[in-house]
Amino acid sequence: MPKLVRRRYLAIKVVSEQAVTERAVMNAIWKAILQLFGEYGASQTDLRLIKADPQRNYAVVRCSHKSLERTRASIASITEINGKPAVVHVIGVSGTLRALRKKVST
Amino acid sequence: MRKFVDLHLRAPIKDLDQVERMVRRSSELGYHLVGILLPPNIMRSQIDQLRHICNDANIDLVARVNFSPKTPRELLHDLRRFRRKFEVISITCTSKGVARQAAKDRRVDLLHFSATNLRKRFFDRAEAELASKALSYLEIEMAPLLLLTGFSRIRLLSRLRREVAIAEKFKVPVTISSGATNEYLIRRPHDYAALATLFDMPISSALRAISENPVAMVERNREKLSPDYVAPGIRVVGRKSGA
Repeated sequence: MPKLVRRRYLAIKVVSEQAVTERAVMNAIWKAILQLFGEYGASQTDLRLIKADPQRNYAVVRCSHKSLERTRASIASITEINGKPAVVHVIGVSGTLRALRKKVST
Repeated sequence: MRKFVDLHLRAPIKDLDQVERMVRRSSELGYHLVGILLPPNIMRSQIDQLRHICNDANIDLVARVNFSPKTPRELLHDLRRFRRKFEVISITCTSKGVARQAAKDRRVDLLHFSATNLRKRFFDRAEAELASKALSYLEIEMAPLLLLTGFSRIRLLSRLRREVAIAEKFKVPVTISSGATNEYLIRRPHDYAALATLFDMPISSALRAISENPVAMVERNREKLSPDYVAPGIRVVGRKSGA
């Protein structure tokens, strides 16, 4: 039997003085994970961008259930994107995209 | 529902727009109570102005002051002079003598140590034992963790790991606060809890350090500052007119 992979979906909101692309946000998250946990830790996060809404500065990323706190800590440690002050707030976490959508809309 | 508290906003109180932005951001991020660092000689009217800004943002204000005395004698002088004016008093311990005096004085609420000069972090077992008897709290500021990089952050994390372990062993309550100077340094309470796992603080303890612990301290101090307070467990319930 294949082992079930448990994942967590995180809705994030980027607050910055300038418009930021989804690529810049993902680069900033990867950089923060690498700084805090190194390449071994980064490999365990299984981080993926699921979708992004650059107009509203929202995005959804996915990580492994076991590395949720690491991913969250890394996202919280971001202080700049493209050299400009920026913050990435995690506005919701859930095990499925549907539940996340419900959580964020409420 | 948990009440989240950020006891340390380093908002520039002369720039009320910036204060308002920071308070609004704190409210949006889920805080119910914020402590703004005030200068000791602040006027009552200025505090009222800040309270008004906080009320508009639907958030409760705690008047907090920070002292960095050079000697234990200076510390006692500051405490005697300002204890009844502020709801929270924190002491930045710049020497071991001050740290020990602050830890054993029941009028001190928060023990605060330098994040950049690790030689001035005097929170060891002896300090923890005194703090635990005097009900002082150990404050951990998160802004330096966000701002420092490389070796300085590594050393800070290592020191915080040791201090949190000592605090837990001696049952010294810990509070986590932002220490933010602008709105870009404020994070959600759960993000701070996730950051606290970097120095091996369990999520449940981290959430307590940002909610129950500071709430208990503020409520205790507010009760002590109320005119009806006499002693722990004794308060005036009514006054006879003309007496």
